[in-house]
Amino acid sequence: MNKKFFIPIGPYHPLQEEPELFKLYCEGEIVKDIKWETGYNHRGIEKLAESKTYDQVFFLVERICGICSTSHPFAFANAVEEICRIEITDRTRYIRSIIGELERIHSHLLWLGLAGHFLGYNTVFMWAWKYREPILDLFEMITGNRNSYAMFKVGGVRRDIEESKIPVILKAMSDIKKKLTLLTGAVMDDPVIHARTKGVGVLTKQDVIDYGAVGPTARASGLAIDIRKDDPYAAYPLVNWKVITSNTGDVFAKTEVRLMEMFESVSIIEQCLEKIKKEKEGDISIKVKEMPEGMGTGRAEAPRGEVFHCVFSDGSNSPVRHKIRAPSYVNIATFKKSCIGQSISDATITLAAVDPCYCCTERLAAAYDAGTGLKIHNARELIEMSVSKTTLLRKQQG
Amino acid sequence: MNIEAIIEEIKVKLGSDVLETEKRSDTRWSVMIEPDALLKVADHLYKEAGLRFIIASAIHTRRGFEIHYHFSKDEIGLVLNIHVILKSDKPQIESLSNMFNASNWIEREMHELFGIDFLNHPNQEKLISEGNWAEGVYPYRKEFK
Repeated sequence: MNKKFFIPIGPYHPLQEEPELFKLYCEGEIVKDIKWETGYNHRGIEKLAESKTYDQVFFLVERICGICSTSHPFAFANAVEEICRIEITDRTRYIRSIIGELERIHSHLLWLGLAGHFLGYNTVFMWAWKYREPILDLFEMITGNRNSYAMFKVGGVRRDIEESKIPVILKAMSDIKKKLTLLTGAVMDDPVIHARTKGVGVLTKQDVIDYGAVGPTARASGLAIDIRKDDPYAAYPLVNWKVITSNTGDVFAKTEVRLMEMFESVSIIEQCLEKIKKEKEGDISIKVKEMPEGMGTGRAEAPRGEVFHCVFSDGSNSPVRHKIRAPSYVNIATFKKSCIGQSISDATITLAAVDPCYCCTERLAAAYDAGTGLKIHNARELIEMSVSKTTLLRKQQG
Repeated sequence: MNIEAIIEEIKVKLGSDVLETEKRSDTRWSVMIEPDALLKVADHLYKEAGLRFIIASAIHTRRGFEIHYHFSKDEIGLVLNIHVILKSDKPQIESLSNMFNASNWIEREMHELFGIDFLNHPNQEKLISEGNWAEGVYPYRKEFK
């Protein structure tokens, strides 16, 4: 009879967006059940927002996530601007979309690197993170910060993109396109990566609908939902781009969607930069005179999927209630479907495939015998199990 | 299916259980219903009209515990809020989690933060505090003078 044990994944790292503890209940090599505990680092941001002014809330929600730190201000701005019934200038639209898409590229590259690392492809990890650096440099040039950019405010953005910076960004986009082509070829044509990711962690379209999953997780299962297209905001309706989907719902499909999305992001940025030249420099803000009473629902397509903010205003300068839903909140719940029946060596990449924010840190704690409570694997050993499976496949495939 | 058709169907299905409809913009609508009619309207929206459940926002006001169930019709960019007001002394409403898993976590969260009971929820355990908070203390409740 196979030995029964559970693997706790987590519980948390203070830098993570959504620290959680997953318990994988296994029989032998196979994951039989999964349970989770959340709230290890509950920061009460929704409650805190009630004590801040609208201007301050931008800085607060920017700190929900360290990787996609502009997606929350994006959705919050959309919600508040709906309450105020203001139309932002076209130049603001382009700048917001440029920031949003640069963030998508750096977030997807970060994910790709980690996925490579979990599979034992450390070259992919090093390449992807190396190519991510120039994107962070661009952020520093445009916003003054490599992360938590503090660009958004009600009715506009805080900094303009000056004419002199446009060629620098365009050059970086041209460079990153070449690197992305290289990375895409390396990942998509590798038979071992196919063997490790195809048919692994499959989510059907119905699973996605049932769990309300969003972003690349949903699009990889054939559900073409993308807030940028469905509920257009910022400059997305003003440029040409397409929603990337795949049908198989496995880890490979999620990788494919993210890789292809980066090319679309580059295209969006290039088009925005061309169009921004025609707009008046410095026209980046609308003065908001008063905050009316009412509610606003703002959405934005973060790298991981739809971010949703619901803001209730009583006419004062602080929200009376601010509900926030990050994409991982719905995507993580799909583990119940994607992980069960997988082998432990595939569990790491299956969990990482929805790009939950905790994947950027040391996630795996240890495996304990369910009966005795004694430790039988540690974190390093679990990653090594995944890596050794890849090594074995590489040997078998010559 | 356009927005008006969706709203009209809700009115036909629910009759007098629809208390109020509000159009905030072309893609933002709210429909206030009797709490008892929630399962019926959610069943229609999810199974027949093909709307996706986004999340629910609860707020404690002088009127009681208000819940806005946000649904999305992605093809037309619609965010439809189904709005219910629950009594302050005994806030309870049917759970949607037997219909779709998307509401499972948020109902647990609302139960924990506001003390709203979700009837027939498959697992109404605490989501955030894992039992580390005192029982019967609901941090998002407000005191009105």
